[in-house]
Amino acid sequence: MTRETKLTRRETLLKLLAGGGALSLSGCDFDARSPAALAVLESAEALTRTVQRALLAPRQALAHEYRPQDISSYFRPNGSTAPDDPDYQDAAANGFADWRLEVGGLVDNPLKLSLADLRAIASRTQITRHDCVEGWSCIAQWKGAPLMSVMAAARLKREARFIAFFCADTLEQSLDGDGRYYETIDLIDAAHPQTILAYEMNGAPLSVEHGAPLRLRVERQLGYKMPKYVMRIEAIDGFATLGRGRGGFWEDRGYEWYAGI
Amino acid sequence: MSAAERARRPTAQLVVLRHSALTRVCHAINAVCFFALLMSGLQIFNAHPALNFGQTTDFVRPLLSLAPNGFPSWATLPEAQDLAVGRRWHFFFAWALVLNGAVYLSDLLLRGRIRRLWPSASDLRSIPHAIVEHARLRFPKGEAALRYNVLQKLAYLAAIAAFPLLILAGLTMSPAIDAAFPGLVDLFGGRQSARAIHFLLASFLVAFVAVHLAMVVLSGLVNNVVSMITGRYRIEEQDHDA
Repeated sequence: MTRETKLTRRETLLKLLAGGGALSLSGCDFDARSPAALAVLESAEALTRTVQRALLAPRQALAHEYRPQDISSYFRPNGSTAPDDPDYQDAAANGFADWRLEVGGLVDNPLKLSLADLRAIASRTQITRHDCVEGWSCIAQWKGAPLMSVMAAARLKREARFIAFFCADTLEQSLDGDGRYYETIDLIDAAHPQTILAYEMNGAPLSVEHGAPLRLRVERQLGYKMPKYVMRIEAIDGFATLGRGRGGFWEDRGYEWYAGI
Repeated sequence: MSAAERARRPTAQLVVLRHSALTRVCHAINAVCFFALLMSGLQIFNAHPALNFGQTTDFVRPLLSLAPNGFPSWATLPEAQDLAVGRRWHFFFAWALVLNGAVYLSDLLLRGRIRRLWPSASDLRSIPHAIVEHARLRFPKGEAALRYNVLQKLAYLAAIAAFPLLILAGLTMSPAIDAAFPGLVDLFGGRQSARAIHFLLASFLVAFVAVHLAMVVLSGLVNNVVSMITGRYRIEEQDHDA
C-alpha cells in the first residue's frame, strides 16, 4: 500500500483522545479513511438497520403523506439530469414510445412492459418528502405502479431475495464501465405499499431531469435508493456479482446499503 | 518535593474521591464521541452547507449559508470532502454516544446523583454573586470546592439535557424514523427545522466544552485532570473552617 498516512493535528488529537488504542486500527498511524477503520465503523450500519426495521415492522409504517399545498415549488434534480447515453437519447427522442421496461431474473414470467402497460396497472398516488443524503428535502406528488404488482405479474421465484434496478444513466465515466447507475432493495421495501415505479410527478409525465420515463420511489429511505431512468428490473438472490458488490452505485462508493438515516 | 513540604502535606491537604469509576469511564467515552461526532458532523453539514426551518429546503433564502465551501477542511472528519466516510464516523459514534449516555443517565437518575446538580432556591439567589466570583476567576477552596456552584449546576444540567434533544433532532432527519414516529417531525416543526436545531444544539455544546475546558485550566488543571482520571481530588484543609 503506497498511500501516505498524514497525521494532522486534529487527527492526532482524536487519536490521543481515543487512548491511542481504539481508533488506531491500522497500526500506529491514524487515518480516518483507512479500510480497517471503515470496516469497524460499518458495523454500526447493521445495528441501525436492525433497530429501524424492528421499529417499522409492527405497524408496516407508511411514510407521511403531505397535502397538495405542501408540494415544493422547486424540486432539486440530483445525480444525472440529462443522460447522454445514446440508447437513452434515442428512446427519449420519440417520447419513450418504443421503450420497454424489462422484468427478469428470478421470475417465472419475464415481462416487457410499455408505459401504457404500466399505466394499466392500478396506480398509487402519494405526496411525499424526498430526503437527500446531502441533507436537503423537497416534497412532490408521485403517481406510479406499485412495484409488487409488477413483480406479482412476473411471478417471483422462491429464491428471490432482492430486486435490482438497472438504469440508463452513466453517472461516472470509467474504463471498466461500472459507472452506470443501479440499485438494489430487499423484499421488505419491495413489498411496501408506497414503493412504486413512478411515471408521473406533480400530475405531469416524469421529466428527463427527474428520471423519465420511470423512477423508483422507496419512501422510507434516502434519495439515492430511488434510481431514475429505470430500464430493467431483476429479481436476484444476492448482489455480490453486481458492480463492485455493495448493492448500488453509491453503495459501491462507500455509502450505506441501508439508507434509512 | 522538599522535606518541609512533605511534612506539611498530611495536615494541609485532603484527598477526596470525587468522581466514581463509572462517571470517569463515561466521561472519557463521551469526550471521544463528542469530537468524532462534531467533526464528522461538520463534514456532513458541508454536503449542503446551509440551514433553514420548515419541512423542506429553501434553496433561495436559507436561514444560514456557508456556501459554497462550508467549514474548513481542518475542522472536518475526514479532512477531505467525503460525505460517505463522514457518515460512517458519525453513525458509529452516535451509537457509542447513545449507549454510553444511557448508562450515565441511568446512574445519574436512578441512583439520585442528579441531586448534586439540582440548584436549590438559595443557589438561584446566589447567581449574581457567582457570576462576579467567576469573572474575577476566584474559585472556592477547601470543602466548598467539592460542591458544584450554581453556575456549574446550571451549565452541566443544560449540557446533559442538550444531548437527548440533539439525538432526537438527529433521528428526525431519518426518513425511516419519521415513518415509525410521525410525531417527532411535528415536535421539531419539520425535517429541515430538525436539521437546524441539531446544528444549534451542537453549537451550544461546543460553547459549553470551550468554557468547560477553560474552567478546568483556570481552577487547577492538574488537580482537575487527575480527578477525572483517578477520581482523586485534592483540597486544602486549612480552608475547612473558612
